[in-house]
Amino acid sequence: MSSLPHIHRRRFLAGTAALAAVVALSACGAKTDAAGSSDKAAKIDVSGDTVKVGLLNSLSGTMAISEVTVRNSLTLAIDEINASGGVLGKKIKPISEDGASDWPTFAEKAQKLIKEDQVAATFGCWTSASRKAVKPVFEKNKSLLFYPVQYEGLEQSPYIFYTGATTNQQIVPALDYLKSQGLKKLYLVGSDYVFPRTANKEIRAYAKANGMTILGEDYAPLGSTEFSTIANKVKSSKADAVFNTLNGDSNVAFFKEYKSAGLTAKSMPVVSVSIAEEEVKSIGTQYLDGQLTAWNYYQTTQGAANEKFVKAYKAKYGQDKPTSDPMEAAYVSVYLWKAMVEKAKSFDPEKVKAASDGITFDAPEGKVTIDGASQHIYKTARIGKVGSDGLIEQVWDSGKPIKPDPYLKGYSWASGLS
Amino acid sequence: MNLLKGPSARAAAGFAGSAVVLFALAPLVLSDFRLGLLAKYLCIAMVAVGVCLAWGRGGLLTLGQGVFFGLGGYAMAMHLKIADAGPGNLPDFMQLYGTATELPWWWQPFANPLFALAATVLLPMAVAAVLGSFIFRRRVKGAYFAILSQALAAAFAIWLIGQQATTGGTNGLTDIQGFFGYALDDPVNQRMVYFVIAAALLLLIALARQLIHSRYGELLVAVRDSEERVRFLGYDPANVKLVAYVVAAGMAGLAGALFVPAVGIISPALIGIVPSIEFVIGAAVGGRASLVGAVLGAVAVAWAKTALSEEFPAAWTYFQGLLFIVALAFLPGGLASLAGIVRRRRATAEEKKAAVIPVGEAA
Repeated sequence: MSSLPHIHRRRFLAGTAALAAVVALSACGAKTDAAGSSDKAAKIDVSGDTVKVGLLNSLSGTMAISEVTVRNSLTLAIDEINASGGVLGKKIKPISEDGASDWPTFAEKAQKLIKEDQVAATFGCWTSASRKAVKPVFEKNKSLLFYPVQYEGLEQSPYIFYTGATTNQQIVPALDYLKSQGLKKLYLVGSDYVFPRTANKEIRAYAKANGMTILGEDYAPLGSTEFSTIANKVKSSKADAVFNTLNGDSNVAFFKEYKSAGLTAKSMPVVSVSIAEEEVKSIGTQYLDGQLTAWNYYQTTQGAANEKFVKAYKAKYGQDKPTSDPMEAAYVSVYLWKAMVEKAKSFDPEKVKAASDGITFDAPEGKVTIDGASQHIYKTARIGKVGSDGLIEQVWDSGKPIKPDPYLKGYSWASGLS
Repeated sequence: MNLLKGPSARAAAGFAGSAVVLFALAPLVLSDFRLGLLAKYLCIAMVAVGVCLAWGRGGLLTLGQGVFFGLGGYAMAMHLKIADAGPGNLPDFMQLYGTATELPWWWQPFANPLFALAATVLLPMAVAAVLGSFIFRRRVKGAYFAILSQALAAAFAIWLIGQQATTGGTNGLTDIQGFFGYALDDPVNQRMVYFVIAAALLLLIALARQLIHSRYGELLVAVRDSEERVRFLGYDPANVKLVAYVVAAGMAGLAGALFVPAVGIISPALIGIVPSIEFVIGAAVGGRASLVGAVLGAVAVAWAKTALSEEFPAAWTYFQGLLFIVALAFLPGGLASLAGIVRRRRATAEEKKAAVIPVGEAA
């Protein structure tokens, strides 16, 4: 009894190996150097009277607190568009997926939206890491992603539209502002990931060319809440100002330590690029009173389009819910996509892309225009000051929308960066 | 009839069944996208095979398998990134974030495909061997071993994030185009990658089964259950544990290496504390002491994660948590223990019958 099964197993294993070999041999696809191997545009489901779009945001994990607000404002824009007749006569049907604050999950869900749901476009992602993870997925499938968050620049994917600010629309104007205020000795504090590290590299290049000095540069792991050392280092550096690229909950701990180290907005202002109205609420106004932020939109931004947006958002999600820059950029991205589709008279990504240049929209932040060459948008830079009511009041703006320059080609000091 | 009895024959039948499912049925019924997901689950199952050996059989709660998975994954991804960049060029992220004009010295050997392939398995095994010999010789056990593994996973992830210029930082290594000359965006090649992964998984299961049913396997269980007794019998428990730990590390390394072409990314998000725990949860739910249980558990948990999150994007984490609690509270031995329970019930029932009949006859 004992020998027979052994023979069986061996014969069976040999069979399996042979089967595997046959399968492997028959399954040789395109080589990397073969031309035209990637001619596999994703299908878009336009049957019926709806067109599907993907909403790809973290609904769980550390990023959920921020990304849920983006999902909400995307949903608001879709509802508004559907109420006024949809796009090309079709109602938009959003398919929501959870990126779970985990980059490989973002890639998996992006693939699911494109291949299984056959969406016409996808809106979402927040962190640069999640964008980098899904970028090859959208490029390989020739499908469109609308990315609504300010980021570190140095990227220009043919299948991504960037509706948040690139560096020259946020960080460079913030540095210009600090320089004009005579704040020339800076201390850099950031979370340990791509955006802060790249942003700080750009800040150093700017400082070198503009007679500013960087007194220190410190990173804390994402989600870290231990800031007593950093706050003390910042204090003893006697810098004029702090440039803060911390993300998420770390800001709560940082500003508490900052205050207990005896530092204030008057003695050493902090410019933050990731603190919007939503975060002000969770950090606590008493810690942020008078501190500076750099964005392209605030809830207090003047204009009829913004009044309408803020009112609609509060009516849908609650009177205590603030609106913020990434939310606005997400809201705008849906309308821009709609305008592009209508100009192209097609949902086909290639035609939509071709129609993108020069599309404008009266956004809550003011008029925005797509720059077809870089697939970024013209945006007005705004420096704001956190008020005691938790809202951010604008103290300076760039006067007119700034042309996007993701690779900082128009700035001689940035020549060594990319 | 005899052929179908006995553990070897049952295993052979199981193998035949799973080979048919993996090589014939799955590619037939699943779309390209779903097959790609299955490839990913099978990679996680490969880690679970090692976990079954080290934890289920050896009692080593390896909460740091992410480290070995990551070593294998990064070894493979580094080679593929160099190959994508082409000779003389730097990988794309180094051009963006780095300052170096040539490859760092520790990247250079990975340009060689054979070195990289060997490194995916041997590097994790070497690291495990060095670590393990320190840990086990000093008789670090139980919770202390688990905490140490966790700390290691956290430290490795933090180190990777800090070295943005040479490791890609939080982003990890992404946008991998080719796999040894084959374009990964071609569905035919993706299918090939799936077959490679399925074959590798079956191979690892066969290897683990041989180990478990060998004299060594019995020794390993003996060490798990009573280390001191094994020591008094003249064996060195440290060596016994070391072998299981190193083999499990090698399996995790291979899994990480094959994960890269299947999913197209390796990042610190797959290495730290949470993913390291996730690698163990699958085995725990399925049944850590049983190979079949651990493998099916890993696949089932990964599949449930996808299915639940697609169905309930906002609330799936609660369902997943509930699933773990229910599974572990009511079946501490995992789903595989169900089979054992059923078998024991039937056995006791038969025993009762056997005990009753003679009495009846006598009466």
